[in-house]
Amino acid sequence: MTSFSPGFRGRPHSLAQRLPPGQYPTESFPVLSAGPTPRVPAEAWSFTVTTERGETRSWTWEQMMALPQQDTVTDIHCVTRWSKFDTRWRGVSLDVFFDGLETTAGYVVADSYGGYTTSLPLADLLGGRAWIAHTYDGYALSPEHGGPARLLVPHLYFWKSAKWVRGLRLTPEDDPGFWESAGYHPYGDPWREQRHRGD
Amino acid sequence: MALAWLPARLVGRRAQTATARSLVFTVPGWPGHLPGQHVDVRLTADDGYQAVRSYSLAAPADDDRLELGVQAVSGGEVSPYLADQLPPGERVEMRGPLGNWFVWRPEQTEPVLSVAGGSGVVPLMAMIRAHRSAGSRSLFQLVYSVRGPEDVWYREELEDGGPFLDVRFLHTRRSPHGAARASGRITAADLREPTARLDPVSPVYVCGSTGFVETVGDLLVELFAGRGKEPATIRTEHFG
Repeated sequence: MTSFSPGFRGRPHSLAQRLPPGQYPTESFPVLSAGPTPRVPAEAWSFTVTTERGETRSWTWEQMMALPQQDTVTDIHCVTRWSKFDTRWRGVSLDVFFDGLETTAGYVVADSYGGYTTSLPLADLLGGRAWIAHTYDGYALSPEHGGPARLLVPHLYFWKSAKWVRGLRLTPEDDPGFWESAGYHPYGDPWREQRHRGD
Repeated sequence: MALAWLPARLVGRRAQTATARSLVFTVPGWPGHLPGQHVDVRLTADDGYQAVRSYSLAAPADDDRLELGVQAVSGGEVSPYLADQLPPGERVEMRGPLGNWFVWRPEQTEPVLSVAGGSGVVPLMAMIRAHRSAGSRSLFQLVYSVRGPEDVWYREELEDGGPFLDVRFLHTRRSPHGAARASGRITAADLREPTARLDPVSPVYVCGSTGFVETVGDLLVELFAGRGKEPATIRTEHFG
């Protein structure tokens, strides 16, 4: 017996092993954002990687779409506690954008149209674990879900998967982004339930 | 420092609509919060299973008393239990405050526009109450979209809010008898006058369902474009 919430039973707990702690499954695709949705036409979109020495590499939409494309099916976990299983994405692996790039930087700041930023270790974007995604469930990614293209880093809480991404900046130190500066966890591993700073 | 889970005892429950409740808890050790912030609520079943959801705080902290707004969602795991089943005097666990972005601080002096869809009014009510208790003489505006008159939360307080609170109700399905505005979803016309009263740096708070927030965000960005007001002054919060 517990001394809290008498009479509460909850849903059947069968999905427990697939759900990170404190998450619940959803069939819908909720949205988390802090401001209005930027409307960026694909023909105006570009993506730039900037090294810690200020060198840049840029891709237009057309150039990005000409890179090797990859399909991935993955579970995603939002810090607001919903998880969505088996989401289907198409995009370009970050390994492709970083191929041959010389850097000693350990961290990355992702910049988005509309001003959003998020920060994470460079290693988490490499090794086939992160993408620039432009297609969701067979359709062009809609603006409220980050279209025309968003970062996809499904092994971290979904605020790291920056919507409307326009570039990545390599930094020697961790330079906290928008939610990281507002009290969220610097890393954000759902399996260790790193929601807020200090978790 | 990680936020601790604190026992929270239900001491008051009041119906706001047929399915919406104001719940008052006492939470010893509560560290205080800003208007617009939310809390995590944790429920524990007899077999140890736990479920956590976030709820907005509807009022500034009154010592260790917290008021939440809970909309019972049909078939929901947590909200129907909180709304109608948790017995008065019993406890749940809470941690917070959470969210440092969707907040209004009493020291802000610019005129404000807030836009609520349905239960999205809850965090905005915390701001309105803080604005009133701070004696602020800046204008606080609320544009509040509801299906029908029976869906309005906090009606008395909103209708009798004094000279510095300006509330406009928008009815999407059923308007009160004799209403000047026909029932229907929010449009640019509903926001033109309220936005005209804002400063370039005035904050705008929008809270509601994702569809509502997306619609209002687009309307505001368009209205601001002609006036040199930055989209970055718009802060949004979604549910569902």
